[in-house]
Formats: sequence, C-alpha cells, structure tokens
Amino acid sequence: MNKSEGFVPAERGEHALPCLSGRGVTRVFGTGAKATVAVDHVDFDFHEGEFVSIVGESGSGKTTLSKMLLGLLSVTEGEISFQGKPRDISTRRRRREYWQGIQAIFQDPYSSFNTFHKIDAVLLDCIAMRGGRHLPMEKKREMMAEACGFVNLKFEELTNKYPFELSGGQMQRLMIARIFLLRPRILLADEPTSMIDACSRSTILDMLLNLRNETGMTIIFITHDIGLAYYTSDSVYIMEHGRFVESGSAHDVILHPKAEYTRRLISDVPKIYEPWDLSTV
Amino acid sequence: MRNTFRQVFHSPRFVTGFVIFIFLLVTLIVYPLVSPGDPLEMIGLGSFFKPGTYISVLDAAGTPAQTLKLPDAADKRLSSMLSESDRVSMLRWLTAVGVPESEIDLQDTSSLLKLWRENYDAKARPKGMTMSDRRFYQRLDEQLESAGSAEALTLMRQDEAGENQEVGRVSGTDYVNVKDVANVRTLPLGTDNFGRDTLKELVSAMGTSIRIGLIAGSIATCIGLLLGLLSGYLGGFVDDLIMFFMNIFTVIPSFVILILITYSIGQAYRGADTVAIVIGLTSWVWTGRSVRSQVISLRNRDHVNLSRLSGHSLMRIILTDILPYIASYVVMAFILQISSGILAEAQLSLLGLGPRTTEVPTLGLMMNWAMLYSAHINGAWWAYFPVILVITLITFSLNLMNTGLDQVFNPTLRD
Repeated sequence: MNKSEGFVPAERGEHALPCLSGRGVTRVFGTGAKATVAVDHVDFDFHEGEFVSIVGESGSGKTTLSKMLLGLLSVTEGEISFQGKPRDISTRRRRREYWQGIQAIFQDPYSSFNTFHKIDAVLLDCIAMRGGRHLPMEKKREMMAEACGFVNLKFEELTNKYPFELSGGQMQRLMIARIFLLRPRILLADEPTSMIDACSRSTILDMLLNLRNETGMTIIFITHDIGLAYYTSDSVYIMEHGRFVESGSAHDVILHPKAEYTRRLISDVPKIYEPWDLSTV
Repeated sequence: MRNTFRQVFHSPRFVTGFVIFIFLLVTLIVYPLVSPGDPLEMIGLGSFFKPGTYISVLDAAGTPAQTLKLPDAADKRLSSMLSESDRVSMLRWLTAVGVPESEIDLQDTSSLLKLWRENYDAKARPKGMTMSDRRFYQRLDEQLESAGSAEALTLMRQDEAGENQEVGRVSGTDYVNVKDVANVRTLPLGTDNFGRDTLKELVSAMGTSIRIGLIAGSIATCIGLLLGLLSGYLGGFVDDLIMFFMNIFTVIPSFVILILITYSIGQAYRGADTVAIVIGLTSWVWTGRSVRSQVISLRNRDHVNLSRLSGHSLMRIILTDILPYIASYVVMAFILQISSGILAEAQLSLLGLGPRTTEVPTLGLMMNWAMLYSAHINGAWWAYFPVILVITLITFSLNLMNTGLDQVFNPTLRD
C-alpha cells in the first residue's frame, strides 16, 4: 500500500480556500489476507463553488470515497478537512451539523425514497432540518412549491402521492428539489444520471448546474462517463484502482490527457460520426 | 395498503387457512356459551365412556310411557343382548350337531335364533363337548328363552321398614319420548380417562393452546425482531455479541433447553403461561437470524443512507425506514412461531413436562392423559384422535395463511 506517488492536487488560483480536502484518505475492507483496499491514500482539494467530477470505471472506488466524504463510512487512514478544519463527526450533534453542510443525490432514484412515505413527508423533513419545523403550513407549502418549481415539477400534482407513482426522472428531479430546500454547501452527486434516459439526463445536469450557479454550492459529481464530466465540470479527478491517476481542469485533463488510463477512458466514449474502436473496451 | 389486503384475501391458500382458523375461533367462543360448565369437571365414574346420548334410567322409568307395537322390537332386544362371544359359542354348537357352516350367518340374529331353536337339544351330547360345555349351553338357552318371553319388569321401592313395594311395571312395548326424560346428556365425544366431557375439554384445551401459541409466538417474535434489528443495523461489536448468543442457541437444540428449563421450574410452578413464556424464550433464534439478514440487505439501501444524512435518530431509522420493509416478513414469521409454539407445548406435555394438570387442559395434556391411560389400546379413539385433528387443523390453517401471505408479498413465488 503506497501513497499515490507524484500526485499533487492541481492549483486553483481563483479559489483560495478548499471547502473539503483530504490527505492520505484510505479505506480497507476486511482484514488479513482478505483485505481489499478500495480507496488508497488519495489527496484532494474541492473548492467553494466548484463543479468537480470524479471519473473512473466500476470498482475503482468512487462510491466508497463518496460514502467516506459523506461520513456514512469510516475512514481507515488519513484525514478529511471540512471548511479548513479537521472534520469531526464523532457525536450525533456534530454529524447533524456536518450533514447540514454536505448532502447527496444517489444513483438509483427508485431506491432513494422510502416507499412508505408520501412525497410531502420527504420535503417537509428537509424544511424541518433547516430549522423550519414551526413555520405555518402555508409557508411550508409555499417553500415546497418553490422547490418543485425549481425542478419543473408541479407541487399540486405531487402532493399526497407516493414516490413509486413517479417516473425515474421525476424522482431524481425531486431529489434535486430536496437539495434546493436543504441548501448544503457541498452536494455529492453519485452517478445521478446513470439510471435515467438520455433526455432526462441533460435536464438533470442542467438543473445541477443551475443549482451551482444560483447558490454557489460545490458539486462533486461522480460518474463513469468522461463525456458528461467534460460537459459539466470545472475540474476532473480520474480514479483507477482506488487512486487518483490524474487531476486538473476539465479542459486540460480531457483534451491533453497525460495518464494512459485517462486516454483509454476517452477512447471508450462512443462517437457518432467516427468508427468506434472496441479493442480497448 | 388496501390493495395489499385485497390481494391477501384473493389468495386461495390464505382464504382457506383463514376460514379454518376463524371456524376454530368461533367454536372456541360459541361452544362454551352453548354448553357452559367447568371443562375439567369429572362427570363420569369410570373412564372412556363411548360417545353418544346418555339417558337417566331412573328418570326414564318414572316418565309416563306410551305403547308402541314395533314388529322387530323383540329381535332387536335379543340381538343387543347376544354378545359376540355368545354368537361364536352358538356357531360351535350348531356346527357340532351337523349344520353346515355356510348356512349360518352370525350377524343375522333372527335366522341364528331360528337355527338354534331347531337344532338345540339339552339332552344331546355332541362329540367333543365336555360336561361344563353342555352346562354353559343350557344356561345360554335359558337366557335366550327368558329374554324372548320377558313380558314385563316390576319396579320396586324399598320403604322405611325394609319392605319392597311395587311401584310400577315396565312392559316390552313401553316407550318414553327422550324429550320427556328429565336427565339426558349427549357426550358427542364421550368421556376421557377421568370421566370428563371430552368435547368440552377439547374446546377449552384448544383455547389454552392457541393462547400458549400466541404468547410464545409474541415473545419469540419480539426478542428475535429486536435482536435481529440491532444486530443487523448496528453491526460491529453489537452484531458479534448478539451473533455469539444466537450461535449458542443454534448449536444447542432449543428443545433440549426447553426440556431442561421446564424440568427445573418444577411441576408446582408450571402454569400454561409459564410454559408459553419458556417456549417463547427458547424459540426466537430463527426469527432473529432471518430478521438480521434482511436488515443487513436493507441497511445499505439509499433511502436508509438518505435518512441518516437527514440526521434521523437510530430509533427513527429502524422504525420508519427498516421495519416497514420487513413487516410482512415479520408477520409471516409470527404466524409460524404461533404454530410451532402450539406444537412445542404438545411435545412437552406428551413428555409429561407440560403445564400442571389440575388447572387447565391443553391439547398436549389431553394427548398425555390419553397415552397414560392407554386409550389407543382400549379403542377409545375419541380421547386422542379429535385432539390430533385439532392440532393438525390449527397448524395447517396457520401454515396455509403463511404460504398465502408469502405468495402475495413475494411475487416470484406466485404460480
């Protein structure tokens, strides 16, 4: 287990203070001979208002890293700093505070909702988390309608419905509405478009970008699709076997890739007007 | 939710099981109203009275009689007096004096008597008959003659002086209406070894056994659910600790633990509820293990992660994000636990380790009594067969309901 050699997070001149950074972050599953290193000494600095993509193939450790960033999975080794200070999620109160600052959208919209709760309950929960538990119902409904409006959903059509009555795209948009209500500093989107058709996909990406532009939140976008990363991101981290092999601005990394793995990822993107080289897939 | 209920009640298996179980429950409620009284009251002096209607002989004699002249009355009277061994003895005489065996029908009383009257001669000495044999046949013949010619019985009462006074006569053509007799008791399933009404006892025992099943099932399900939820959701040290206990309980057969605990409690303190609690305390492992594995598969689902990110407490996550998803499974486990609780009580009681015998009957105790008093050897089927049938019906109906629910909640099993 070696520290990622020769890798230094790229400099971001305009964003001085990283809001989330990690040094030597490692996660090992199992012990002894069965130990698997899912994330291997990664260093990163995510800046305020940045749209960062973490790109890698299945099993490269993206989701494990995202769970560690969210504090859902403990870190075996290394340190994560949040807004300049070492992250402390040792007590329930501290965790609640941390989760006011960082939230997530998951890959599978169908399993993201508790099917026993109505949509109103999901949104009301977010308002309560932002301290609006005692607001009058009228105000709450207004806030919910605003959040639904942000993601082009009609609250009147959704109220009193169960999540399973919506389509996958609508559910994922509702997830974004949830984030709109919560207004965290950092949003971790773990492949939010991989289970959604191409049309809804661009809508959702647009909404994420709008969210960043309106609220200035940092978006950490985890994907296996380097094309999507190029389309949306300010900076890109390429992950292979639990390590970052390359990072930098999206333009530099994707148009002038240095690592062999990055070149392979780029060549694997299907191109409509060119013959597609399947030898590397 | 309403849709699920509709699906459940459209499953033929569930409906069949449900109907049987409701029928048993209704019997349980209605029968004591129809036939009140203590189910353990010993009404019969003697054991294993046959099922049937019992009429007080005294009351029947005192009831005003009507005359009915029924043509086959005398033959019936004789045939009921002729025992199976008498008939075989008559066959022996008849064949000894040369009547071909093919002409004799032992069950046809009138033709048998006719043959007897034609062929019996008190002075005859058939080959191979001893003196005592001939005496026996003389007595049999006198009995038959007197029974055939019996016209009337005289009823006497002894007065204070010790003198017998005639109070009435009963002739062969006197009949009383059963409805006019003051004391008639129908025992549909006869009596058991202690002379208790078996049907009344059976209904009461069914109630006690279902209660034992419910208590044992509730305790087992609660413990299994709680430990399974904690172990599955928390993982780590708590999981290891709970799994340690689960493994101990799995390795040692729970029935052995059950026998040891019930034995050590002692007969004096062993009521039906105590036995139920002990059964519950030893049978939670299966539920615990399966709940744990269900929870582990749910714990990493996104909606649970999202709930954690919303800062919900452990209690709230378990109650609202995990429990509803395994509720159908827990209900099915509960139903199975009830039926296995009833069976465990029956097994324990059969071994003589059931509830103490003086207070309540249980299905297991009834089987135990029937076995101790050799009902199966005495041919007293009514003392054990209905009990077996009721145990079978209860467990069968519960298992049917369980399979029905399984089909609804687990669509891959639908056929």
